[in-house]
Amino acid sequence: MDIVSAILLVSAIGLVVAVVLVIASTVMAVPVDEKAKRLEEALPGANCGACGFSGCSGYAKALSCGEARVGLCSPGGDEVAMELSTILGVDAVKADKRVAIVRCRGNSDASERKTEYTGIKSCASAIQIYNGATSCSYGCIGYGDCVAACSKNAIKICSSLAVVDQNICMGCGECANACPKHLISIVPVKKRAVVLCSSCDKGSDTRKACTAGCIACKKCVKACEQGAIEIVNFKAHIDPEKCTGCGKCVDECNFSCIFMVNG
Amino acid sequence: MRASHLVSIFLAAILTENYTLNKFLGICPFLGVSKKLNTAVGMSSAVIFVMVLATAVTWPVYFYLLLSKGLEYMQTLVYILIIAGLVQLVEIVLKKYMPSLYNSLGIYLPLITTNCAVLGVTLLVVERQQADANYGYIEALVNAFGAGVGFLVSMVIFSGVRSRIENCDIPESLKGLPITLIAASLVAVSFLGFSGIA
Repeated sequence: MDIVSAILLVSAIGLVVAVVLVIASTVMAVPVDEKAKRLEEALPGANCGACGFSGCSGYAKALSCGEARVGLCSPGGDEVAMELSTILGVDAVKADKRVAIVRCRGNSDASERKTEYTGIKSCASAIQIYNGATSCSYGCIGYGDCVAACSKNAIKICSSLAVVDQNICMGCGECANACPKHLISIVPVKKRAVVLCSSCDKGSDTRKACTAGCIACKKCVKACEQGAIEIVNFKAHIDPEKCTGCGKCVDECNFSCIFMVNG
Repeated sequence: MRASHLVSIFLAAILTENYTLNKFLGICPFLGVSKKLNTAVGMSSAVIFVMVLATAVTWPVYFYLLLSKGLEYMQTLVYILIIAGLVQLVEIVLKKYMPSLYNSLGIYLPLITTNCAVLGVTLLVVERQQADANYGYIEALVNAFGAGVGFLVSMVIFSGVRSRIENCDIPESLKGLPITLIAASLVAVSFLGFSGIA
């Protein structure tokens, strides 16, 4: 008798739970947004966050509600942007392609090591001792925290300096988050000039630490016809809005500190 | 008298009888989700929620259904069934009425369906009642809440320990899970220091 009542009890509880769940799932069903689902399938699924949303599903949801525009997906490029706009029924737009740029040119030829660091090969731990072993306290240490963060293997360390391969980089910004010195910026791919030095030291101090640094000589400021360049914190700063990408400053710079994106 | 009794039950559940570090229940989420602080907090809040809810439902089921029919030995099976169903129901309700809470707890809720810490809280509290007749429904709920908070405390502490480990130079053979287990044992030892209090 015991067994029968045990079986009955457990099946009764199971039945009650099942009935409650079935009723709940039909009464409180949440309609799934079909459009968002299709948009998510069209996205590359890298979940890189370059669009500014929490992964591809977040971006798809924002797109379907009309809260985001097509073309924010940098990894997907024009192809994905086209696909998204056909699903949404809007005019096709080109994707904003973005890439990472390391704002430092101080490789081991240009700057010296002031101390010998023998700890863990990681920038995050190396900067805890005298802000890294390089003579320039703003520059790239070259232990490759950005290389480890990059899911596309787009960054290489060449002579203790991180160098981004702009053909592979999809502009997700993981490396920029990983760099303890905040040397990496994510910039849109359009013809424009960027200063590749982050040192805020005075010109003479910058020169002592690194032969590739910007010493704020103002040659580029004079050369720029758009008035896009000014000296901020002892280094040249180029206003991306005003820059037309003419390349005059690149020719003028004695230390090849200025780099042409997409040039 | 009653209030101080409840406070002591609450504190005991957090510190001296911590379910992860003292009873070694719920070790898989403890090791699996403690890598980052925000996931640890998300998981723990889901655990607190489910522990209280599960105790609120299973306590009457045991004392009014199982005990009166003499089917105490079916306790574990019935509890698993009820807790699994309950978590599913909570998930459906949250999805409909509290989408923001669902988004923060959502991914962790299914993980707790068969969590041994939740089952442990509901099972052990019955034993406690049999030892002490004054131990009632309110005490059981307070104990469940305390157990959940204790889980949160241990998860937060351990996620801090783990983020420290990430910056250390660990011998090749200990990298990954081995060093995590060693760290977990040391944290557990440190919690043993509370055992003299209550």
